[in-house]
Amino acid sequence: MNPRNATGPKDPNDPKDPKSPGKPAGLLGAAVRRLRRDLVVLAGLLTLAYLILPNVVVMVFSFNKPNGRFNYSWQRFSTDAWQDPCGVADLCGSLGLSLQIAAWATVGATVLGTMIAFALVRYRFRARGAINSLIFLPMAMPEVVMAASLLTLFLNMGARLGFWTVLIAHIMFCLSFVVTAVKARVMSMDPRLEEAARDLYAGPVQTFLRVTLPIAAPGIAAGALLAFALSFDDFIITNFNAGSTVTFPMFVWGSAQRGTPVQINVIGTAMFVLAVLVVVAGQLVAARRKRTAATR
Amino acid sequence: MTTTDTYTGGDVRLTGISKSYGSFTAVQPLDLTVPQGSFFALLGASGCGKTTTLRMIAGLEDPTTGTVHLGDRDVTDLPPYKRPVNTVFQSYALFPHLDIFENIAFGLRRRGLKSVKKQVGEMLELVQLGDKARHRPHQLSGGQQQRVAVARALINHPQVLLLDEPLGALDLKLRRQMQLELKRIQTEVGITFVHVTHDQEEAMTMADTVAVMNGGRVEQLGAPAELYEHPRTTFVANFLGTSNLIPAEVAGTGSEVVVTAGGGKLRLPGERCPAGARPGGRLLVGIRPEKITLSHADDAGAVPDGRNRITGRITDSSFIGVSTQYTVDGPAGTGLQVYEQNIERDPRLVPGAEVVLHWNPAHTFGLDADQDIAAGTEQETAAGAGSGAGPGAATGPGRNTAGPGQDIAGAERAEDSP
Amino acid sequence: MTLLAEKSPAAEPAPPRRAPARRRLVPYWLLLPGILWLLVFFALPLVYQASTSVQTGSLEQGFRVTWHFATYWDAFTEYWPQFVRSLLYAGTATLLCLLLGYPLAYLIAFRAGRWRNLILVLVIAPFFTSFLIRTLAWKTILADDSAVVAALDALKVLDVTNWLGLTEGDRVLATPLAVVCGLTYNFLPFMILPLYTSLERIDGRLHEAARDLYASPATTFRKVTFPLSLPGVVSGTLLTFIPASGDYVNAELLGSTDTKMIGNVIQSQFLRVLDYPTAAALSFILMAIVLAMVTVYIRRAGTEDLV
Repeated sequence: MNPRNATGPKDPNDPKDPKSPGKPAGLLGAAVRRLRRDLVVLAGLLTLAYLILPNVVVMVFSFNKPNGRFNYSWQRFSTDAWQDPCGVADLCGSLGLSLQIAAWATVGATVLGTMIAFALVRYRFRARGAINSLIFLPMAMPEVVMAASLLTLFLNMGARLGFWTVLIAHIMFCLSFVVTAVKARVMSMDPRLEEAARDLYAGPVQTFLRVTLPIAAPGIAAGALLAFALSFDDFIITNFNAGSTVTFPMFVWGSAQRGTPVQINVIGTAMFVLAVLVVVAGQLVAARRKRTAATR
Repeated sequence: MTTTDTYTGGDVRLTGISKSYGSFTAVQPLDLTVPQGSFFALLGASGCGKTTTLRMIAGLEDPTTGTVHLGDRDVTDLPPYKRPVNTVFQSYALFPHLDIFENIAFGLRRRGLKSVKKQVGEMLELVQLGDKARHRPHQLSGGQQQRVAVARALINHPQVLLLDEPLGALDLKLRRQMQLELKRIQTEVGITFVHVTHDQEEAMTMADTVAVMNGGRVEQLGAPAELYEHPRTTFVANFLGTSNLIPAEVAGTGSEVVVTAGGGKLRLPGERCPAGARPGGRLLVGIRPEKITLSHADDAGAVPDGRNRITGRITDSSFIGVSTQYTVDGPAGTGLQVYEQNIERDPRLVPGAEVVLHWNPAHTFGLDADQDIAAGTEQETAAGAGSGAGPGAATGPGRNTAGPGQDIAGAERAEDSP
Repeated sequence: MTLLAEKSPAAEPAPPRRAPARRRLVPYWLLLPGILWLLVFFALPLVYQASTSVQTGSLEQGFRVTWHFATYWDAFTEYWPQFVRSLLYAGTATLLCLLLGYPLAYLIAFRAGRWRNLILVLVIAPFFTSFLIRTLAWKTILADDSAVVAALDALKVLDVTNWLGLTEGDRVLATPLAVVCGLTYNFLPFMILPLYTSLERIDGRLHEAARDLYASPATTFRKVTFPLSLPGVVSGTLLTFIPASGDYVNAELLGSTDTKMIGNVIQSQFLRVLDYPTAAALSFILMAIVLAMVTVYIRRAGTEDLV
């Protein structure tokens, strides 16, 4: 019904529809229609610019040579920071610590969360509602509340704040997100696939390893990625429970008071570029695999 | 392919097998023997328990009572992966993360075979998919996926191959083609096939023996022609093809039973009547629409003697191509169906015409009058499926309380999907 | 999970059979570690916090439970402006996220064509630059002598925001506008992604059907597209509002003493003033307010299956 049947996603609310009543005719009408049609594109691109602008600033200012302690206004071009990204005391140490915590938190939250997700989807048991709420609540709670209450617990127990308390906290708040991601995937899985595996001589372990796990893998991977990103970038909960341990976000927070070294922009930019490259590379590999599969 | 694996006494024997979910009984206690090498069909509407029966043979469902034997071996307590039985699943259940080759090789690999290339290659040839080995399932058409599912099961040389509505997702033409294909493969490999379907035509085309199931019970079991010609219940009479069932009163018994219906007399062979028929009793007289000859009332005198005859008026006719289907109302019954071959069409046979229906008494069968006369007709089946889902849904809470940690994956497929 | 759905071959032959006890326990074993973790490190802390909030004492002499509920009243009366401000800022930021995020989500779902994946990457990738660094970048963008502020001034936008009380004079930094702007920026991806997910799921034929049935583009959007994207709207607004209401980073980095949110108060009471009972009480009040609002919202929106 739409003559402009272009390939790719099509705007469902395209005003260029023959049936739309009351459109102004003529050249001016066409221009108005075009503008109305592309208004959403324009607005979307503005939002995208709003999202990207800070990253551009971070990138540009990674080549800055500030006069004072703060890297907030442009002085002159320099690649000093890029040549010596670890040139600031504790910066790379805090980055390493953050990566380490994020890695362990990802492992912990992914394992525990995947187990919960499987139990929720595949089995019936008592107290299902209560368990669902227990998983939903951490996501429905402002971070500062969880951070403060966890600190109360640690203080009451006399625990020493540091690496372990941060790790415990990170696993706790990442868990719910992993459960949600894995659950969605497992729910959409056809249970007949596992029956087929059992029917084809795969024992319980083999069925799990050869069929269940590979098919649930995208969900588990998504959950793990989310957990990593959440943990790596977490500040509020870490701020409360880290004691004198300094993660990368804590370092940035501190530097906002003491003075922002250009190196944090370097690291921020590097992470951004790395993430984009990894995603683009992944896309290319997937596209190539698709193509070879189709031609074979 | 090789069929060197021979099994002695490979009948499938179900003894007193039943399955309940809470208060809902999917399969009533059931005895069934599937002879080795036969093509056996379980036929019934959705929710009749046929798929549950199949899943109990596969080991995917634990029977509530009873045992499953393969030959002399009791496999009731064996998990599916230890049974020499393979299944072609409804909607195929091909592993989406594996290519066609690996899908077919899956069973062999799980049994520890290292070199599977030759066997898989042969199997791919058998199902004519040699060029698709490295494709993923989603890149294949429905018919191709179906063939992969068959190949994936058959390569294991199972003692029994179970087919759960394997052709349900295919369009009519492809279904016909695959029916013949499956029949050919079965004849070639000589493995016992147990085929679950709701399509009576499919069951009759393919199977040597058909078990008609209804409400968790086997209504009747036999060769397709036997079931069609000698239905023993109204359900079978109506579910397999179409039957005209006329309520009648028994006037005389013997080698030939005489009944009165709608003021006229009808005769039928004594051996085709239920044992309990005695004078004064009630009986349902059945006749298949294609056995009836339709004559215009003006030609009533030309009807040979000795034939059963009833009168009526055509209320509707539809031209099908090979035949014309008439609906006739008369004193003996309303909505009687008559199929006439379109050889020489009588132009007078139009709605409103007075007609005589006549047929050979030998083609008449008698059924117990205590049954629901409409059981197994299309409207009835639809209503039955609806009410069948009712108790299933009602047992939901019952299932929950049946035991904590019960595997819900199985319970939720208590009813057969259509 | 099939892993443990194994039938024991030696199961008792006597009918009726029951699933072996081992199998019935499987879900509990699967749940145990994770649920225990949440109970000990999420639920139990809340209990401790509840107890702390009714304690009295001092850091030197220690705190004891005296059921001193007055702390709640005192804390609320002293800090209600911060509560109101938090909810106001978070609410405004959520609304802005929806207004800004919807067109972009729509663009990605229906109009982006082959650019779709690239735009998605650009939405997600900033996550990998620490959000603190990106928030600091707003200090540069909104600096008093920046081009953005000059442009806003020239376009008389600042006059409007001044009139609304969002800005003061020709400054943006250290005003409510800067805080709301930072909050909006930080939580925008959490709005866009759920919106995109639910928009992308919409069957294109539904739109064709709507247009076939005489719906104008605007009506199609109002009656078909938007209602179908509601799940995304609900989870997007929740994912934005909840963290925004407790945030203190944006208020600290981009605001001034006049823009302190309740998160700032809790943070300083806990980590600087060390008045634990007040901090715990404040935290509980915030939790109660947010949970109450979320519950009412979910009820009204009628979407229970968010998880």
